Amino acid sequence: MSDMDTIKQKIAYHPLLLGLIALAAGAMLVFGDAATRDAIAERNAEDLRASLKQVVAEHEHDNNLLNDTVVLHAPLEFSDSEAGITFYRARLNGEVVAAAFQVVGMGYSGAINIIMSVRSDGSIMGVRVISHAETPGLGDKIEAAKDDWINHFSGLSLANRNRQQWAVKKDGGVFDQFSGATITPRAVVRAVHNGLQYFNEHSAEILDPAIPEQEVKHG
Amino acid sequence: MADYKTIMRDGIWDNNVVMSQMLALCPLLAVTSTATNGLGMGLATLAVLLSSNIAVSLLRNIISQEVRIPVFILLIATIVTLVDLFMNAFMHDLHKVLGLFIPLIVTNCMILARAEAFASKQSVSAAAMDGLMMGLGFLLVLVVLGGMREIIGSGTLFANAALLLGDGFSFLDTTLLHEYRGFLLMVLPSGGFLALGFLLAGKSWLDHRKADQAAAKAEADRIAAINAMDEDEMAGGGAA
Repeated sequence: MSDMDTIKQKIAYHPLLLGLIALAAGAMLVFGDAATRDAIAERNAEDLRASLKQVVAEHEHDNNLLNDTVVLHAPLEFSDSEAGITFYRARLNGEVVAAAFQVVGMGYSGAINIIMSVRSDGSIMGVRVISHAETPGLGDKIEAAKDDWINHFSGLSLANRNRQQWAVKKDGGVFDQFSGATITPRAVVRAVHNGLQYFNEHSAEILDPAIPEQEVKHG
Repeated sequence: MADYKTIMRDGIWDNNVVMSQMLALCPLLAVTSTATNGLGMGLATLAVLLSSNIAVSLLRNIISQEVRIPVFILLIATIVTLVDLFMNAFMHDLHKVLGLFIPLIVTNCMILARAEAFASKQSVSAAAMDGLMMGLGFLLVLVVLGGMREIIGSGTLFANAALLLGDGFSFLDTTLLHEYRGFLLMVLPSGGFLALGFLLAGKSWLDHRKADQAAAKAEADRIAAINAMDEDEMAGGGAA
């Protein structure tokens, strides 16, 4: 033991020890990453598929949405357009019938992540909130599980509701606000409206049937 | 050598991480809005604490005094990252709920504290026992606190338990109060402070009661001893 103690006193011992431990730790992490990488990618793809399924029903399409994407970089409010806004396209018999994409609203306590799908004619197919941090019991009525409110978007478009009508009732629009929470529904309406405008401006690119389906991209 | 019974008592009650040492309060208050979340966080922390205690104890003879803290932190960070990766891969739904707090286990002072104060000086088996018991103590507090907040806040207990433990455990998922509208305060962080306050008061009360009882018993023993002595003297006196 006294031998060990003298070795430990050597100045070179400390960096060597630290280096060896760091090497071992690095090796462990490499193994851990290799063991879990595929499973994690698979879980994330499942998550995406599950949220896409909420806004594009099974019978509406016959392709794999995850493999048929268009990425646009034009700016959209609160979205990371540098990374790109991904449109997942639904096809029926080769025809692009709808596209689903994510929009972000700024609610009472931060970002509200919303997924919405728009038909090729510019009307909304479905809207769902994926994640949010709004006040439980007040702002969380935007969740489909808690309230029917979010379903009122279906079928609306820029054509059948004008600019003023795309707002909560308090602001002169057509959407209900919740008692005790106006900021949350206002943020959702605004985000969906922005998304719809974005879709209309870029619909030629988004719906372009010439862009082919890719091979597995997420997985 | 270390006495396992003492380690067990220390970990779960006498020296409980939360209730006696007042450590690890940040993750505690952040995740305990339901009992299931508490259980998940407790299990993750338990796994990290157990592995880090074992690793530190195994390496205790080669770790030099001067660089011990960076070595401990490196070991703990590696273990936490591995737990994070494996939870993301195999308990994905729970990871979505707890995800933010798993990397923060690195900064959970209780893990470094056990490595420094216990594992680096004890045998592997004692360190493992200590990690297990301290982790269990932490887990119990998390589950009890989560349960309190969940019952009062939303009227359920172990909601979504199947996410954590698999479908076999969905029977744990109970709704205690039907048509209950919820008590928002308990779900919000401030409710966590309140519930923790009551929990600490409860433990303190129990400990004081035990101490009082022990004192009363000692007093009674003393009086009994004096009485016995008196009787002896009287008996002796009678004989004389």
